[in-house]
Amino acid sequence: MSGFDHDDRHQQGSPSEPQPGARKASEAEAPTSPAVGRDEWVARHGERRARRGGVLGTLEERLAVVPWWVWLTLFVAAACTVPLFSESGYVRRVAFDTVVFMLLALGLNVVVGWGGLLDLGYVAFFGIGAYAYALLASDKYDIHVPTIALIPLVALIGGIAGWLVGLPSRRLTGDYLAIVTLFFFQVFLTATNNGDDVFGRNLTNGPNGILDVDVFSFFGWSLPRVTSTGQFSVRYLYVALAIFGLVYVALRLLNDSRTGRAWRSLREDALAAEVMGMPVNTLKLMAFAFGASVAALTGSVAAALNGSVFPQNFEFPLLITVYTMVILGGAGSQVGVVLGAIIVSVLLEVLREPGDARGLFYLVILLALVGVFRPSLRLAIVLGGTAVLGFVAHLVAGRVDDAWTAGVAEDSGRIAGWVSDWVIVPTQLAGWVPAVSYVTLIALALGLTLVEGWRRVALLIPTLYLAAFVWENVLLDAPESTRYVVLGGLLVAMMIARPQGLLGEKRVEIV
Amino acid sequence: MDETTPLLQLEGINTYYGQIHILQDSNMVIREGELVCLLGGNASGKSTTLKTILGIVRPRTGTVSLNGEDVTRVPTAHRIKRGMAIVPENRRLFGPMTVRENLEMGAYLRPKADLREEFDRVYELFPLLYERRSQLAGTLSGGEQQMVAMGRALMSKPKLLLMDEPSMGLAPVLVERSFEIIKQVNDAGVAMLVVEQNANVSLSIADRGYVLSTGRIVLEGRAEDLLENEDLRKAYLGR
Repeated sequence: MSGFDHDDRHQQGSPSEPQPGARKASEAEAPTSPAVGRDEWVARHGERRARRGGVLGTLEERLAVVPWWVWLTLFVAAACTVPLFSESGYVRRVAFDTVVFMLLALGLNVVVGWGGLLDLGYVAFFGIGAYAYALLASDKYDIHVPTIALIPLVALIGGIAGWLVGLPSRRLTGDYLAIVTLFFFQVFLTATNNGDDVFGRNLTNGPNGILDVDVFSFFGWSLPRVTSTGQFSVRYLYVALAIFGLVYVALRLLNDSRTGRAWRSLREDALAAEVMGMPVNTLKLMAFAFGASVAALTGSVAAALNGSVFPQNFEFPLLITVYTMVILGGAGSQVGVVLGAIIVSVLLEVLREPGDARGLFYLVILLALVGVFRPSLRLAIVLGGTAVLGFVAHLVAGRVDDAWTAGVAEDSGRIAGWVSDWVIVPTQLAGWVPAVSYVTLIALALGLTLVEGWRRVALLIPTLYLAAFVWENVLLDAPESTRYVVLGGLLVAMMIARPQGLLGEKRVEIV
Repeated sequence: MDETTPLLQLEGINTYYGQIHILQDSNMVIREGELVCLLGGNASGKSTTLKTILGIVRPRTGTVSLNGEDVTRVPTAHRIKRGMAIVPENRRLFGPMTVRENLEMGAYLRPKADLREEFDRVYELFPLLYERRSQLAGTLSGGEQQMVAMGRALMSKPKLLLMDEPSMGLAPVLVERSFEIIKQVNDAGVAMLVVEQNANVSLSIADRGYVLSTGRIVLEGRAEDLLENEDLRKAYLGR
């Protein structure tokens, strides 16, 4: 009975005691139901949120009534116009890769976002799809299944593989499921890497991969990978977009079905779902199978375009990348994960180019500072302080030894020019500098979270300068790892600012 | 009435969690249309009894029979299909889903054609839920959530409704209302097993009662008799 007193506090404001106004309203609507548990504030919750004044509010209301499939059609149509804006084979290829990532993110969203299952073996299903396509449509075994039959077949194979992997793991949740699926991923890599000698037989050519994989061909009409000038053939972008559209719609309908709602309830409260009579294990297996099926389907598209399949195509960084997309965009939201895929995919490409990466780095820091401090005295102090600290340090270092500041960054535009007068960039770094500066930077960043007020502002100045130093001297030197460092930083920032991701639904806690 | 097959019967149930002996030789009977309450303090085995009835926990010895059929080895989903439903402790609603969706999940095992009828029945019982049907369950107040939990359980059209601590986490006025609803549902012909710490309120509406203490059923009988029982009064009613 002590429970009552405890809960009374939550009930405050809800009319346990008679409230004339609320009472009258309820009597008018439904005379039989007593006004118990009625709470005007809660009842108006939806309305309040919906209403927003001004032109923006009206616009928002108008846009909200546009059905989802209109948006999808517009989006796919817009993506189809990418080739119009750029003749570059590179840009078109990046667009294609982005669509592949969007598909992968959609599939992972089924398992992680809807099923609530932490599947670390996801990329293996992508690999299984690619290998299935390669084995069934190449000279390796001289089998050439027609594309129109092979794509659904690969999706089916992926689904069955997902179901089978799910079988031993269906009673596991959280970390334990992650370990088992990670193990499966490792098994996949080991198997494909050593597939050239399975009891003396060569099944997958091992690390040499499968070459000469067939191109897509529909009804005797084949799609070459490259144009006559040797560029990426944009038709693959259209095929990928078409598949994306189909998968998106299919998954959307699935999520709106009873199964989709059952997944959500399972994710919210597995025990409650079970006592409602839901076949919890079957539902989990279905989530696994659907996710794996989408991944395998995507694998066939990637294999057909690349014309080859190697075990190295399916390694750990890819898994992390796809997870980043889903987490960043908001697990559970289809639009969110597609957005996440676009952001991460494009970001990873931009970061390959030191000049672009540099611009992006300083821009993001500047925006973050403005976002945190707003235009204020503190912002001026931080920016001014950092600038002055930089010029002084640069001047001093230059006086001591010219070589300390002579290592001007590559000729990549105006920002590099400014930077070379401000950040210390030695021609030759002592061996210990990268590690020490990097670790110090992380220590300073952590230290920032421990201090408050003006001390934080004061500490921020050397931290920012050190960040610029590390960026110019350490990170830009190794673009390949820098891409992932930036991705990690982005994730950490996202988790602090908005744990549910960009468009993920905020978790509603039951009081 | 005694000679008909009981709706639910527990015979010689012994349940263990590992080495720990929880339910010791429990026997219990619920007949059609009855309102039975199961009383007991903390750690007396109330929840384990419910879990055993539902099949979430399997007893080491003894049988659970539903409508005369031995269901001891039958999984939870099948028991629900055969007419059981539960309102879990703390309600356990699906917070980010709407009231309507929560209710629909309760009818997961029902054929789609019957859904309309079930919705009507539940909305008739709880008109408030109809008003709130597109609101997220997590944003409702405690009393409303209790209604959703109850409605969700009723969606499967159960013959036997199990209720785990319906008064938990509710304001006193809502507890009273909650028990009114229980009575109302029972009057509609649904047999009920109400597990409660709140002996006074639950006995006042129940037909019969069982009292659990450290895994044993120490008292059973008609609700009126139990209310008069000196030991029980001392133990639970504080008088």
